Amino acid sequence: MSIRLQNIAKHFGKTLALEPVNLDIHEGELVGLLGPSGSGKTTLLRIIAGLENADRSPEPGKILFGDRDVSNVHVRDRRIGFVFQHYALFRHMSVYDNVAFGLTVMPKKERPSSGEIRARVFRLLEMVQLEHLAKRYPAQLSGGQQQRVSLARALAVKPDVLLLDEPFGALDAKVRQDLRRWLRRLHSELNFTSVFVTHDQEEALELSDRVVVMSNGRIEQIDAPDTLYHSPKNRFVFEFLGDVNHLEGNVNNGVLTCGDAYLHVDLPNGAEELLLRPHEVRLAEQPSDTCHLPVVVTAISPVGAEVRVELEANWLAKPWLATVRHADFERLEMRRGQHLYAYPRQWHRFKDEALAAEQTRVA
Amino acid sequence: MSLALRLTGNTRVLPGFGLSMGISVLFISLVLLLPITGLFGQLSNLSLAQYWAIITEGRIVASYTVTIGAAAVAALINAVFGLLLAWVLVRYEFPGKRLLDALMDLPFALPTAVAGITLATLYAGSGWMGRLLEPLGFQVAYTWVGIALAMAFTSIPFVVRTVQPVLEDLPAEVDEAAMSLGATDGVAFRRVIMPHLWPALVTGTGLAFVRSLGEFGAIIFIAGNMPYETEITALMIFVKLQEYDYAGASAIASVVLFVSLALLLAINVWQGRFVRRLHGGKG
Repeated sequence: MSIRLQNIAKHFGKTLALEPVNLDIHEGELVGLLGPSGSGKTTLLRIIAGLENADRSPEPGKILFGDRDVSNVHVRDRRIGFVFQHYALFRHMSVYDNVAFGLTVMPKKERPSSGEIRARVFRLLEMVQLEHLAKRYPAQLSGGQQQRVSLARALAVKPDVLLLDEPFGALDAKVRQDLRRWLRRLHSELNFTSVFVTHDQEEALELSDRVVVMSNGRIEQIDAPDTLYHSPKNRFVFEFLGDVNHLEGNVNNGVLTCGDAYLHVDLPNGAEELLLRPHEVRLAEQPSDTCHLPVVVTAISPVGAEVRVELEANWLAKPWLATVRHADFERLEMRRGQHLYAYPRQWHRFKDEALAAEQTRVA
Repeated sequence: MSLALRLTGNTRVLPGFGLSMGISVLFISLVLLLPITGLFGQLSNLSLAQYWAIITEGRIVASYTVTIGAAAVAALINAVFGLLLAWVLVRYEFPGKRLLDALMDLPFALPTAVAGITLATLYAGSGWMGRLLEPLGFQVAYTWVGIALAMAFTSIPFVVRTVQPVLEDLPAEVDEAAMSLGATDGVAFRRVIMPHLWPALVTGTGLAFVRSLGEFGAIIFIAGNMPYETEITALMIFVKLQEYDYAGASAIASVVLFVSLALLLAINVWQGRFVRRLHGGKG
């Protein structure tokens, strides 16, 4: 079922939590709401669920599930499944009773027979690979298992849309990875429309068909993960989607200088800030005529496909992070305290916003 | 033996066990155990037959009925309204909330005799409430309704103060989860919220009941104290004491003590079983 939000806004008292938002989510899509805390992503999700009411003034917004206008429909009648960060399982009920809850509270005439409920609950438990734990109580399960129970419970009522609020936020890295993969698979099997909230860029980019990046109650960009990563619309999106190195300085006649470092750039005169991803930094033993960025290696983490190297210099306000191939790492015989020269393979700049930032600093 | 070994084993990291445990035991002995021992000392002056005769005397048995009946009614009233008060205090924000919260402890702080005199004046035929109720044929003062009322007044904090923290611990997410699964408010309350509150509510109600069994000051002014009708057990003990019949007073007191202890123990065992299940035991 598709979801359409029109002009949804939210104030808490006098604070603006969500600027008027329009959003279209297609049927069968898995959409991630990504943003730092306080960006309004959870508020937006809770409004879709009906756990929070959107502002009614100046004009009421609209929420449509398919053709059904659910703006004024109570959460219990919206036909949503909601998964909470801290699972919110019913602790006094067994796993089986938790999953069966949504079915047993249906009005008598819609309620499936008890045999049917049993069959459906076990099918769901099988799907989340927990059928052997049906009689256990939530406190006897690990975090990952509890979250799977909570997912099965949400899916039991065959919701039109599945909403997940930081579903893996309380779990440790390894379990999170497993559950992510498993949710992705479940989604492609069952093909429900789902929206999930996360503050973890990797999670959003890995899981989503499309990512909605939010900050300060505003949608910054909506795009597929690769588009988002390769062509961020603004500086916030760029910085939020990965590690960023900053190079600040003044451009004079095509040379950007910053302390004793300089770099030839094809830019007009004035203050500039260039942004580089860690993989866009190359390291060498010698500077060149057009690029002189002396750095000192301060930390090395050789775990994974690439070596992560932390670089410091007196012309840098914040240390840089560079990723180096293992071959280069060995060729340069890198060690802590070593003096090297950085070369940008590529850089990014968001001039308008940098200007705006400049102006606010002066004012 | 193994417990003692475990408690005093030299693997303990937290210091001060010997001293703090010693002081605790001494305090409990002085304040709790010594008076109870004194009570049993008095009882030793009686033969079993004498003891039985005292505690089954008609007037005394009538006082049990009045006390237990009124305490049960008071406890049930408190269970309902105490739960409601705790709910209001935890779940809603309103002006004067802090004041209402503080007011809950008033029955603990107020001397019970003050409460008793106030209630008796209010509900007597000439009092503000009595003047309204008596023409309707509803007499409160000097009947067991008055006794129940006084008991309810002195024991309401037990219910509120035991339910309140448990309700605060129950995350709102749990209600939200129930609602998102289609549960109506009533179903969510009955099947999701109440099961969590049961142990606390039963404990609070039980404490209120036990407290009411022993209440004296608040009740005697409003009870009317008519033999066989509105005499409470605590008054019987008092009467015996005034007659210098210490053994008789102790005998009646021991009955109240045994009933109270048995009830408290039963509540604790039952509650422990429930809590174990919530925390992952094999309940």
